[in-house]
Amino acid sequence: MAVTVRLPTVLRPHANGQSKVDAEATTVAEAVSWLVGQFPAIAPNLLAEDGSLHRFVNVYVNDEDVRYLSQMETELADGDELSILPAVAGG
Amino acid sequence: MAVYRSVDDLVGGTPMLDVSGLSPNPSVKLFAKLEGYNPTGSVKDRVALAMLEGAEADGSLTPGSVIIEPSSGNTGIALAMLGRRRGYVVKIVLPGNVTAERRQMLEIYDAEIISSPAEQGSNGAVRLALELADAHPDWTMLYQYGNEANPQVHYRTTGPEIVADVGDITHFIAGLGTSGTLLGAGRYLKEHVPGVQVWAVEPPAGEQVEGLRSLDEGYVPPIFENWDGAALLDRKMIVRPRESIEATRMLATEGVFSGISGGAALAGARKAAASVESGVIVFVVSDHGWKYLSVGAWTDDLEVAAAHADDVIYF
Repeated sequence: MAVTVRLPTVLRPHANGQSKVDAEATTVAEAVSWLVGQFPAIAPNLLAEDGSLHRFVNVYVNDEDVRYLSQMETELADGDELSILPAVAGG
Repeated sequence: MAVYRSVDDLVGGTPMLDVSGLSPNPSVKLFAKLEGYNPTGSVKDRVALAMLEGAEADGSLTPGSVIIEPSSGNTGIALAMLGRRRGYVVKIVLPGNVTAERRQMLEIYDAEIISSPAEQGSNGAVRLALELADAHPDWTMLYQYGNEANPQVHYRTTGPEIVADVGDITHFIAGLGTSGTLLGAGRYLKEHVPGVQVWAVEPPAGEQVEGLRSLDEGYVPPIFENWDGAALLDRKMIVRPRESIEATRMLATEGVFSGISGGAALAGARKAAASVESGVIVFVVSDHGWKYLSVGAWTDDLEVAAAHADDVIYF
């Protein structure tokens, strides 16, 4: 599946300054491993030592947080957009 | 009507309005819990009062105490009003990019404003307040993000109010700021209404946190983890500024003058309504619209108003 991955400001320096990159993936896990394969410097920002998402990082598919879908196994369709964002508070 | 002896007694007990006219699905009812009807115009009066009472009961606040608190506005305003009346000095750490009205309301209630870097958003305000509290052990930080009184007051008041008004609720939808409303009211609802779903809506954070140096500077409130928010929530979604403002304007057509986060909650509620066959959805309008007039949320062209969200914190 052809998907787009949107990167937060803090990750762009690790991806040649790009704010979004195109990827081929059928799940979120595949998209993330593709991303860290292309840009290895992103990995420590994104993933904990056991390979799960860092707790302060949220990943969204079409604006839905994947932690409340099927987490890393959330399936992707052509044209889906993944966003990676730091968790933010309000109030 | 009753005569109230103190403004404290006006906190909570907010109205529930049927706004099913805004439902995209004729088999789904929509109800708005109107938290703007609290004394300072937001849901945060509940939280501020509960935190003040809790800290007085456990002795961490005594007459003349200095309070410091990070806030993107509403909690600060509520603490300033309720705290000053109790004789405390209130200092609020406020990101530089909140609406002018928030700053003005803090001034009305004599709070001291300490500005945190705009480009770090609310996370930067939290960080600075924690540093200041460390440096000034004589100040008291009530710390809405970590204070049990925050989710507890919603468990004790907001949740039961919702069940009393809309006992057949199927979905509860609110904005995610500290997570207090979702956790407290959400847990109460899950314990009392079988099958109810709890959905969180978030503002798009990316634009507001350009100043964060790494993803490690992301922030998950301690109460979210202590109350196991990840297990409680059924869904969490971002609602974009354009959609939030569009929905905020829709609320105005029903006579609800809401802040932008209430619009985001309506947008989430409409998504939920479109995704089910039938249902009864309650969403939280967490504040009135007064504090957003200066950013043209109703009067500017929609695209212009949406673009302001890149510079201004609405949650």
